[in-house]
Amino acid sequence: MKAPMTKIVHYINQFFAGIGGEDAAGSPPVRVEGAIGPGRRLQQLLGDDLHIVATVHCGDDYASGSADAVQEILALVRQDDPDLVIAGPAFTSGRYGLACARVAAAATEHGLTSLAAMHEDNPGVDEGGAATIVRSGVAAREMGSSLETLAAAAAIVAGGEPLTNEQGRLGRPRRQVVRADRPAAARAVDLVLARLGGDLEATEVPLPRFEQVTPAAAVEDLAQTVLALVTEGALVPEGNPDRLESARATRWLRYSLDGIDSLAPDQYGSIHGGFSTVWANEDPHRIVPLDVARELEAEGAIGRLHGEYLVTAGNGTSVANARRFGVEWAADLRRSEVRAAILTST
Amino acid sequence: MSIAERVGAPRIVATRGIPYPTGDPSLGPAAERAWRRKLLERALEAVATPVSAPTIFEVDGGKDAA
Repeated sequence: MKAPMTKIVHYINQFFAGIGGEDAAGSPPVRVEGAIGPGRRLQQLLGDDLHIVATVHCGDDYASGSADAVQEILALVRQDDPDLVIAGPAFTSGRYGLACARVAAAATEHGLTSLAAMHEDNPGVDEGGAATIVRSGVAAREMGSSLETLAAAAAIVAGGEPLTNEQGRLGRPRRQVVRADRPAAARAVDLVLARLGGDLEATEVPLPRFEQVTPAAAVEDLAQTVLALVTEGALVPEGNPDRLESARATRWLRYSLDGIDSLAPDQYGSIHGGFSTVWANEDPHRIVPLDVARELEAEGAIGRLHGEYLVTAGNGTSVANARRFGVEWAADLRRSEVRAAILTST
Repeated sequence: MSIAERVGAPRIVATRGIPYPTGDPSLGPAAERAWRRKLLERALEAVATPVSAPTIFEVDGGKDAA
C-alpha cells in the first residue's frame, strides 16, 4: 500500500514570490495554490509523496515588523491543514529569516511539524523556538544546493525523525545530560595548557561572534529625509508604564513624539540599570536629543522627524536579542519611510 | 579601538560620557545645548557620507573634553 501523501504549505517572501523587491516589502500575506518560485524546484526534489499544496507569501517588512503578522500568516498556512510547513530558504536575509523562523515556530506551537531554512548567521536562527531549522547557503546563488539540503531534511522531518546537525540542522538540538569522560577541573587545565601552547580557539563554551554589518548607503538629500531617534538608553515615560527591563532586555518599545518639542524631566526618565541615570533624569535630552532635532527640523535641515522614538535598554543584552532588535527596528523604520536614524548609545 | 568600532557600528560620533551621549552636565545650559547641536549636525553629516567600514566622525571640541 502506498504511504499517504504528505501535504506541505510553503512560506516564502515577496521577492521569491515574484511580487517585487524593497518596493513590495510591505505587502501583506497572500495564499496561492501549489508551489511557486523556489517551491517549484523544491517540489521536484521532494518527489511524489511530499506535495506542496499551497504557498503563502508576505513582504519582509510586513512579516518581521509587526507582532500580528505571524498569526495572519499562520492562519493562511492552516487553511490547508498541512502535515508539514516549510519556510525559506532565507539565506542571510535578516527580515526574511526572522519571518521564516517565527512562522515555523508558531506553526510548531499549533502542533504542525515545521522546518525553516536559512544560513547559520541569520538572526532568525535564534527565533525558531521548537521548530527545526536547516542550513542554507549565504545567498540565492546557492539556491540549488540549499533546496537539495532542504528537500532531504523535509523527508526526514516528515517521517517523524529528528534532524541531526550532520544532516544540516542549525542550532543546538534539545539539551541532553551527558556524562563527561573527565572532570571539569581536568578539562579546564587542559584548556589552559592548550592556550599556553598557542591554541587560542580551544573552548567548551564558544562565545557569540560579532558579525560584519554592511553600512547603509549615504542619505542623498537630508532636506527630504525622514529622521528617527532611537536609543538603547532606556528613556521611558515617567513610571515606566510598559515595564521595560533595566537589564537583559528582551523587548523594545516605541513612544510617540507627535506634538512634543521637548522632553520634560518630570515626564521622562531613564530606567537603564547599567549607569547612573542622574544626568539623564535631570535632562532627558542627554539621551534622546529631541530639542535639537526639532530645531533642525524647523530649519529644514531634515525633511521631518519620525513621529515616535524607539527604545530599549542596552545592558547585558544578549547578542541574539540585540540582532533581533536591530532587524526589527530597521524593518519598522523602513515601513515608516524613515531613511536615517540617530541611535544614542550609552 | 572603541567598542562601537569593534562591534561594527558603521557611522560613529564619539561623545563625552556613557550616561549622557547627547549632553555634557559640566557645561551651562546654553553651552550644553550648543554642544548637543554640534553632535547632531555631525551625525547628519555622517549619515550623508558613504562609508564602507566602521568610521568615526570627530566633532570639533570633542577630543579635549572627552
